[in-house]
Amino acid sequence: MADTPWWASEDVWRKWAIWVTAFMAVVLIFLTFDTVATITAGGERVPGYDVINKRIYYTFNAERNMQEPVIGGDAPLFGETLGAEEAEALVTLGKLTVQSKNCMNCHTLLGNGAYYAPDLTKAWLDPAWGAESVREQLMVTFLMDPTTNARTYGTGRRMPQLDLTEEEAKGVVAFLKWMSSIDTNGFPKGFTPIRQEESS
Amino acid sequence: MNIGALNSANLNAGQKVAVKYFVVAMVLFLAQCLFGLIAGLQFLKPDFLYNVLDFNVNRMVHINAMVVWMLFGFIGSVYWLVEEESGVELVGAKLANLNFWVLTLAVAVVVVVYLFVQTGPGTKETIWLINEGREYIEAPRWADFGIVVCVLIFFYNVAATFMKGRWSGISGVLVLDLVALAGLYLAGMFYTTNISVDQHWWWWVIHLWVEATWEVLVGCIMAWGLMKTLGARRKIVTTWLYIEVALMFGSGILGLGHHYFWIGTPEYWLSIGGFFSALEPIPLVAMVVHAVYDSGAHKFKNSNHPALAWLIAHAFGNFFGAGVWGFMHTLPQINLYTHGTQWTASHGHLAFFGAYATIIIAMIYIAIQKWRGDVWMSGDMPDKGWKWKWSLALLNIGVIGMTVALLISGYEQSFIERALGGSTWAAYFSGQTQPWFIQGMHWRMLFGWVTTAGVVLLLWDLATIGSKETRRSIDPVTAAEMSPAAA
Repeated sequence: MADTPWWASEDVWRKWAIWVTAFMAVVLIFLTFDTVATITAGGERVPGYDVINKRIYYTFNAERNMQEPVIGGDAPLFGETLGAEEAEALVTLGKLTVQSKNCMNCHTLLGNGAYYAPDLTKAWLDPAWGAESVREQLMVTFLMDPTTNARTYGTGRRMPQLDLTEEEAKGVVAFLKWMSSIDTNGFPKGFTPIRQEESS
Repeated sequence: MNIGALNSANLNAGQKVAVKYFVVAMVLFLAQCLFGLIAGLQFLKPDFLYNVLDFNVNRMVHINAMVVWMLFGFIGSVYWLVEEESGVELVGAKLANLNFWVLTLAVAVVVVVYLFVQTGPGTKETIWLINEGREYIEAPRWADFGIVVCVLIFFYNVAATFMKGRWSGISGVLVLDLVALAGLYLAGMFYTTNISVDQHWWWWVIHLWVEATWEVLVGCIMAWGLMKTLGARRKIVTTWLYIEVALMFGSGILGLGHHYFWIGTPEYWLSIGGFFSALEPIPLVAMVVHAVYDSGAHKFKNSNHPALAWLIAHAFGNFFGAGVWGFMHTLPQINLYTHGTQWTASHGHLAFFGAYATIIIAMIYIAIQKWRGDVWMSGDMPDKGWKWKWSLALLNIGVIGMTVALLISGYEQSFIERALGGSTWAAYFSGQTQPWFIQGMHWRMLFGWVTTAGVVLLLWDLATIGSKETRRSIDPVTAAEMSPAAA
């Protein structure tokens, strides 16, 4: 219709739809290249897998106004320093186990998943494990028999029996240790880590 | 033609395929509710089915049944309208039929494995054969490939039919949207140890489906549905559709950034994600204005009361569930406290129901009407239409009730666990055992039963509505009136 104002014109809005979509898609693609480069393991925000040989703790960065992970001195997992490839293999076994056992449909990882069980983002650093010296073994023992070793904190919720082997359990612990070193922009809010020998 | 009797002779080839998809969609809708009830009950009685059918399995089936029934609903809706919209017969009706059975069989196998095998050892074989363990896209990798092949066949059928017939604004947007929808699924089909990279691409599938391409797809269905039920003018619904696409993709594509706040991705996403996702409700406001204005302009005179009621429920449900409930916790300053709490569950329930369940139900009512020979489905139905009215009420009250209950639990959780407790496991459990949290879980359970009662009544209504009717639909919108040439 000749008397249709421009702002009600089908043609005008079709062009807007096309150009806006194309522009936003191009911006997203550029940002994606930058983001993926930043989050590659070994990059500035996501440490390499051999970080499991080191102590991980948190300090408050006043400039960013958030807690951030710090990689400290040697603290080999299960008393054994692993090479880069061995470390990656162990963390990979852990990640595969986390997926294969469907952990994400009870827990959250990096805050994503289900809300029946606690977040695993900083599980490695959680004060619930008591002392640094017994943490690794406690985690393995718990993962291999969560029914018997259940700690429900008054909720009655217990982790199911998922038949993890000792190797898988160690892999999961390695994965959790590596995940706790990721810089998550201060998530979860105000996290209070376990007391460790070397921390600020 | 015998009005009121279910007769496939009333349907064109695309519609015959569509009703099959709709039937499976509704069965899965009921399954979604049943597994949701079990999962909700486990919050209250954690020993219920412990080590038999654990929460992680029930929750996975609950959300997967939802994703699949909605996909079936969308595919059915597109097959429903493709012949009327293109003006020609579906190019591959037999292929579409075969595709339906293959896809349905694959879904059945996946569900049986979910329920009876559940998990496997920490190997890639488990991911290929049993369960991928990534929320929403848990389907094992073999099924991923099956889904891609089936979606490509569906896409070929739809695109080729439009190419053979005529194009319209709606079909143009629809076909381009399907390309994006199918392509995005590929972003979730790989394994990586790096969880930041994993979740980065995982969100490409989840967000760019749910908050972008699915929204545009329902925009197309809404446009067609308003023409069908109200006789709204094609030029008006098409113009609105373009506005919605511009606003939806304009805000939703970079709105992806609100999932990149805390997964290891760079800090600039805090600003980009916060800003663009805060704009995401705007197109949903446009859809409400559009639907209500069109209905008012036609004085609500329409050929299918239940369908129009569900279309209006969609407009408001989409705005409140996806828009308002999403906006409430989309800014990073708030999301830092709410991310990974029952806030998200609250938002998820209202958004998926309001944005998607509603409009698929509307399409199924449109389908039933024609399947029974353009039967009367306006006012003064033989039984006063009590079943559709009560199922509409029960479903909306049930879902809104669950949403509010979960939100109260979520507020409590973010307060105790995050703001006060220091986000440790002890803080998490402290939040979970607070009376207000537990009360929220009880109310969610109650409203879950209300929702399920609504689904049962809906299924009963869909099976029976119009069966005792002898009148033909008033003001049926003819194919000629619907054609793009009539715009």
